Amino acid sequence: MNAVGFPLLSLLTFLPLVGAAITMSVRGEDAVVARNARWIALWTSLGVFLLSLILWARFDRGTAEFQFVERVSWLPEFGVGYHMGVDGISVLFVLLSTALTPICILASWEAITARVREYMVAFLVLETMMVGMFAALDMLVFYVFFEGVLIPMFLIIGVWGGARRVYAAYKFFLYTLLGSVLMLLAILYLWREAGTTDIPTLHRHAVPIAAQAWIFFAFLASFAVKVPMWPVHTWLPDAHVEAPTAGSVILAGVLLKMGAYGFIRFSLPILPEASAQFAPLIFVLSVVAVAYTSLVALAQEDMKKLIAYSSVAHMGIVTIGIFTFNQQGLSGALFTMLAHGVVSGALFLCVGVLYDRVHSREIARYGGIAGIMPSYGLVFLFFTMASVGLPGLANFVGEFLVIVGAWKVNPWVAAGAALSMILGACYMLLLYRRVAFGRVTREDLRALLDLSPREYAVFVPLVLVTLWMGVYPQSFLDVFETSVAALIQRHEAALSAARLAGL
Amino acid sequence: MSWTLALPELVLAVAGLLILAVGVFPKRDTFFPASMAVIGALLLTAVLVLGQEEGTAFGGQYVSDSFSSFMKLLTILGGALGLLLALDWNEKEGLDRFEFSVLVLYATLGGMVMVSANDLMATYLGLELLSLPLYVIAAFNRDDARSSEAGLKYFVLGALASGLLLYGASLIYGFAGSTNFDRLAEALDTAQGASPGLVVGIVFVIAALAFKVSAVPFHMWTPDVYEGAPTPVTAFFAMAPKVAAIALLARVLLGPFGDVAAQWQQVMLLVSMGSMLLGAFAAIGQRNIKRLMAYSSIGHVGYALMGVAVASDEGLRGLLVYMAIYIVMNVGTFAVIVAMRRGGRAVEQVDDLAGLGRHDPAMAMWMAVFMFSMAGIPPLAGFFGKLYVFLAAVQGGFWVLATVGVLTSVVSAYYYLRIVKVMYFDQGAGALDRAPASLSVVMAGTGLFNLLFILWPAPMLAAAGAAAAALLT
Repeated sequence: MNAVGFPLLSLLTFLPLVGAAITMSVRGEDAVVARNARWIALWTSLGVFLLSLILWARFDRGTAEFQFVERVSWLPEFGVGYHMGVDGISVLFVLLSTALTPICILASWEAITARVREYMVAFLVLETMMVGMFAALDMLVFYVFFEGVLIPMFLIIGVWGGARRVYAAYKFFLYTLLGSVLMLLAILYLWREAGTTDIPTLHRHAVPIAAQAWIFFAFLASFAVKVPMWPVHTWLPDAHVEAPTAGSVILAGVLLKMGAYGFIRFSLPILPEASAQFAPLIFVLSVVAVAYTSLVALAQEDMKKLIAYSSVAHMGIVTIGIFTFNQQGLSGALFTMLAHGVVSGALFLCVGVLYDRVHSREIARYGGIAGIMPSYGLVFLFFTMASVGLPGLANFVGEFLVIVGAWKVNPWVAAGAALSMILGACYMLLLYRRVAFGRVTREDLRALLDLSPREYAVFVPLVLVTLWMGVYPQSFLDVFETSVAALIQRHEAALSAARLAGL
Repeated sequence: MSWTLALPELVLAVAGLLILAVGVFPKRDTFFPASMAVIGALLLTAVLVLGQEEGTAFGGQYVSDSFSSFMKLLTILGGALGLLLALDWNEKEGLDRFEFSVLVLYATLGGMVMVSANDLMATYLGLELLSLPLYVIAAFNRDDARSSEAGLKYFVLGALASGLLLYGASLIYGFAGSTNFDRLAEALDTAQGASPGLVVGIVFVIAALAFKVSAVPFHMWTPDVYEGAPTPVTAFFAMAPKVAAIALLARVLLGPFGDVAAQWQQVMLLVSMGSMLLGAFAAIGQRNIKRLMAYSSIGHVGYALMGVAVASDEGLRGLLVYMAIYIVMNVGTFAVIVAMRRGGRAVEQVDDLAGLGRHDPAMAMWMAVFMFSMAGIPPLAGFFGKLYVFLAAVQGGFWVLATVGVLTSVVSAYYYLRIVKVMYFDQGAGALDRAPASLSVVMAGTGLFNLLFILWPAPMLAAAGAAAAALLT
């Protein structure tokens, strides 16, 4: 089964922990420790990224089976094992996590000056949790990683965050935990029901229809908070605004994907009837999220908050796509998740560039930046356009597919999804105009320096990926096509079986 | 036969007498050597427990099975580590008298007798042997009003609990005709269940033991005693007596009264849920870390008692795993609390930990590990403790219990997080004194256990499973 002959996924998952242990053991004067910690963290995460490219290269796109499977006995008498593997749905998210981590570390190079060692350790631990979560094929292992994310993220927001960091860190932690423990009950129920927590086995297990609704809502409680869906999105703007730049990038880029990934991995295949039954509810919540948070974004004075609300809107598109249960919708949702991971991450980095120089996120504090920092203005414009859904850039492909998929289900839902593109253009262009164009009203801004070589190193890969995804999306769609097709087929088979049983 | 089966207890009792006899002669203080001797005796006893045969002795008063071995090892662990925490503290506070270590030894012995009790008389004997030394060491700092108050309060309420136990035992004897657990099990193995008088007796016994484990509604003494007693004594209170009393509760309810579970189950469900709720909500407002830990321990007892309340094999296994992990988390946390000194004076406010992440990164890291573990966040050990009791509740179909359990664990996460927040996010009032080596070792050892438990949980689960099976056959 394992195509490379060594436990690649475990290596990807736990190598960052090794890096964290080495980082932790660095001793000496503060400046030396900080420098060494940065380099160790950067090399570790780059090494992990390069290893993950093997995953990408050796991944067999022709099959929907799980690949690179590893299985170690862990709690044999409970039917729980350490079971790792990826299919077309998860492999790209592993790559997204490993790619964003070095970028985050690079982006924090100068922005973080206090307790650098601990910061780098927290990021490496976070990487372990993220990769492990996307690669886990056992529900309990998944849960461990899913929850484990909270600890480093709580510390990152709380220690290195902005003025209201304590409030934001608590809110993030408790909100997410509350959702997750309800999911734990659902997992325990499935465990009792099927005698195992092995995900592929559960995919083949038919859960009694009477129980499905309860399980569905328990999962929904966790995933909806994580996505986040309206009305449980309120932790997100706070966490985003207060987190340090790199923390926001990981939050937007990877952590928000965990909820949507959960829907695809658990809700759809394990609870097909309940998913179909409650799809309209998800559509309503998503369309409300798109309309409401887009309008809220229009009124924001804080750049990070604006982008945070735009994330909620984009994730609304994703949840619509997931619950269309057709090839276009699901592929579009997955593609949007990836695109949003790259683009919104990059937008937070763009805000970070200004914040590092001026220490303000207020939109009104800026103006005419494009004239002062032309290269930065171009990069910011590029990602603004990508976020708006300009054809040829990443987001367009995903959102277009979701709208097509939604149209097949219900044109009104498609209209709701399309609303995101219209309103998105409004608030993003407004943001860009107020920050980058116009006259320079504050004289101190004239002294700002344009992008440094380090910042180029951060942005260039993101720009290239965004272009690649927009111009030749097939190379990504290829990866999940087979898995998505298999998922839909199983879903429809389960539904028709239920219908037959009902007759 | 009887004497050889009870060898661990006998060896420990004789060792205690010897240490007591030798200890009175030297003029200088002998706290340190006496403590080392007691820890050595406890370790020897642990080895003997490992090699103990199964069977009953003393006319059915005493029983040895893998359940008793498991719980005895935990009791001994609690005793030995509790004493280890006291080494440095007692010296600094001028409490370094050798009687302290001997009293800890006898309290641990009492706990072991309780765990092995197979008769209501032996139960009472063990409970008193456990309690009397506890009353003394709670008031060990006799010049401190708070400590004296703690000892007195514990004594008065503890005596009441002992009375309840005796009254319950006499009712059970009157209505069932025996005090022996095996005999009771036979008497109750009938279709009509327990008579109302017997149920009243059971409830009295439950009340007495709930007092000892500080479960709601018999928890009122806990915060005051925990706060007033010297800190290492508080740590000891939270471990050995709790393990022994919970073991006894499990043995009484699931052993002789296992057949009439339906008649006492509601009581245990209420006790469990009440403890979880109180532990979660009442701790939120606490500023004193010992008081906070008192409420936290009430909450933890609530989770552990879920395992008794569901009255099943899985529940008992969950309980055993929970107690084992709880002991380790608790020792670590108290090692940090015992180490909290500023300028040579012990401090015990949560805010005194402010800025610890900067001043003493190692201690702060371990404390954070213990707090996340207590909150039940994976991948730390505390999560697995909760996981198995929740699993047992779900398997038994106790949805309300399980839901209350998970929701209160979110509420309690709030105050555990507050300690992490104080250590890492707040500015410090000043550095704490360096922790003595003995405490640093305990912190690192228990911290590593919490971190690494996930790698190899199978042996403990297997041991707990075997112990649970031994009780329920």
